[in-house]
Amino acid sequence: MDLAATILVDGLIYAGWLFIVSVGLTLVFGVLNILNIAHGSLYAIGAYASASLVGAYFASGGDAFPYGSYAALILAAVLVALVLGPLLERGLLRFFYGRDEVLNVLVTYAVFLILEDVMKLIWGVNPYFVYEPYTLLGDVEIGPLFYVGYDFAVIAAAIIVGLVVWLTLNHTQIGKVVLAVIHDSEMSQTMGVNVQRVYLGAFMAGAFLAALGGALTAPMISVTPGLGVNVIIVAFAVVIIGGLGSIPGAAIGALMVGISRAASVHLLPEAELFIIYFVMAIVLLFRPEGLFAKTQARKI
Amino acid sequence: MKTTNSKIGGLLATMTLAVGLSGPAAAEEDTFKIGVITFLSGQAAESFGVPAWNGGKLLVDMLNEGGKLPAPYDQKGFGGMNIEVVVVDEAGGATKQVQEFRNLVQREEVDAVVGYVSSGDCLAIPPVADELKAFTILYDCGTPRVFEDGSYEYVFRTAAHATMDNVSLARYLKSRNFDVPSFAGLNQDYAWGQDSWADFTGAMNQLYPDAEVKTALFPKFGAGQYGTEISALLREKPALVHSSNWGGDLQGFLIQATARGLHKRSQLALAAGDHVIPQLQDKMPDGIFLGARGVNGLAAYARGGELEELTNTMWEAYEAEYDTFPVQAPFRMWQAIFGLKTAIEKAMAENGGTKPTSEELAAAMQGLSWDAPSGHIEMALANGHQAIQPNAIGTTKWNAETGKMELVDVEYYDARCVNPPDGMKSQEWIAQGFPGAQCD
Repeated sequence: MDLAATILVDGLIYAGWLFIVSVGLTLVFGVLNILNIAHGSLYAIGAYASASLVGAYFASGGDAFPYGSYAALILAAVLVALVLGPLLERGLLRFFYGRDEVLNVLVTYAVFLILEDVMKLIWGVNPYFVYEPYTLLGDVEIGPLFYVGYDFAVIAAAIIVGLVVWLTLNHTQIGKVVLAVIHDSEMSQTMGVNVQRVYLGAFMAGAFLAALGGALTAPMISVTPGLGVNVIIVAFAVVIIGGLGSIPGAAIGALMVGISRAASVHLLPEAELFIIYFVMAIVLLFRPEGLFAKTQARKI
Repeated sequence: MKTTNSKIGGLLATMTLAVGLSGPAAAEEDTFKIGVITFLSGQAAESFGVPAWNGGKLLVDMLNEGGKLPAPYDQKGFGGMNIEVVVVDEAGGATKQVQEFRNLVQREEVDAVVGYVSSGDCLAIPPVADELKAFTILYDCGTPRVFEDGSYEYVFRTAAHATMDNVSLARYLKSRNFDVPSFAGLNQDYAWGQDSWADFTGAMNQLYPDAEVKTALFPKFGAGQYGTEISALLREKPALVHSSNWGGDLQGFLIQATARGLHKRSQLALAAGDHVIPQLQDKMPDGIFLGARGVNGLAAYARGGELEELTNTMWEAYEAEYDTFPVQAPFRMWQAIFGLKTAIEKAMAENGGTKPTSEELAAAMQGLSWDAPSGHIEMALANGHQAIQPNAIGTTKWNAETGKMELVDVEYYDARCVNPPDGMKSQEWIAQGFPGAQCD
């Protein structure tokens, strides 16, 4: 397997994970116009919840059918979205709609800090492990290298997520309503659209995708406090490259970050961190709104 | 033992002063009050801070009860004084810790401070400790720079600095006749990881001058995903992969690396990796060369010898209390507290039996030596302010019958074999081929 193919495979694996994490962030921004810093916390809570659920699954005889643990991973993300989505959107964020974007960033940053401590209160500081789902799918041999089958399952999950979100937004009644709200929420309301419900639904979908990213990551890592910090930074880089609010942009951004990072690790490891932000800077130099965001006139 | 937190302690001290009652607890001659600073939250809590304080709390309880430990530690408390502890979370960065340190010394009026896992905190605190004339023990942090770049009157480090870890690892490879035509590194991208890699490559340059460095990877601290790095290591096929990763980063790396068979293609050598065994158990593969930053954890338990009774007493008490075995962090906390006890009792023997002042404590601690479960500790460097201690490297082997990890083929190194001599900086010592090293 030559180096270019290795870089491509490694880049796709990383990009798949990154897309799942980033697409929820860009969806929430697109609909609610909120840059949700707490997205990183939802990711971490997804990881903790899946670790707890999968652990409980195997503790209650799950060994007889270990593949059921994948359902537990997804269920964990659903539970996080059902509990925290309405709590955060209805209980807090709706009071800040229409306010300064900076204020919204500060509010979600406060939520991020609060949730970090809530996680410690619930799960403590000791790590959680759920290796079983990681090794269930066996190995994939590509040339001289072995990959874990689970990594390719994450790529598949990312493709499914991307397709479902794109098809929902562009080819369903619900999607048309959401797009109408994105375009002009006041006009949509006068046309009888329940805008509050659209906001709630979009936020819950974003929370689900964040939690799903965490849940799918949990089997390959040690789930510990502080998990969401690094994730939110790189997810921001992805959505900024792709353009805030753009689903295809998140996909392209994830691919660019994933492949450029993989190339750097193999060819110039010293630049592993630099390369992500270098790519972002280059994109912003030529497309300040990101690759796929529409250019907007700025009021002065 | 009376444990309180800084806020409650501060409130009580304020109330005491407000109603004009007797002075603060620190003035009491029958109590010795120590401030303990360690990570109770954040990423270093689970690996170092919490186990260290678990061990510290256990030892303080045993000392306060008296007669629980073999001689010379069978006397109650510190020189007969009851030990009182104020525990502070180390999370929050160096600026916050400097403020916390001032609070401990000026408001809580502790008699001594024992703390700091983070090298950043260990570099920030000593100037303040000297300014306040507060007797301070750095119990865990690894950077050699504390005393190689500075000199302090009231500050002591009771654990060897990190140079020992990687020199020992290189010596282990040599003593086991391990063939290393090439090696690679995966270390965290901050001072700890960079310094560890520099020490290891420097030591390898002396012992394996022909070994080729295949690649040096420095993923971000807390990266979590190592798939690409593992691909790079698999492609490069180094004979050995060095890592000083710790905590969740090490656990994540091991889970992902073993799933892809990296340990079967390259020898894994972990400079400070023993602390992940309780979490990973049999998921940690056999055959890893493993250090614990001293004769700590499994290496201490396997050592036997003169310190067996002391080691087993602490080991069994820790297992009974916490249902897991003690890894490196509690061992370093124990050697700090045993060192403090030895210094206090030495000072009291010289001052007629009263509670020693910071000046008396500093004089007693300078150049002191004492025994701990991790071996014989000597304050041999930096004019008697920096400890050296023996080290050990072993190989992991899971015992399926007992359901426990064991360390086999353990090599023990004398303190003067793997630590630089007094007056010489670590990097110079390594670059010059370990002059003055005393190895059997």
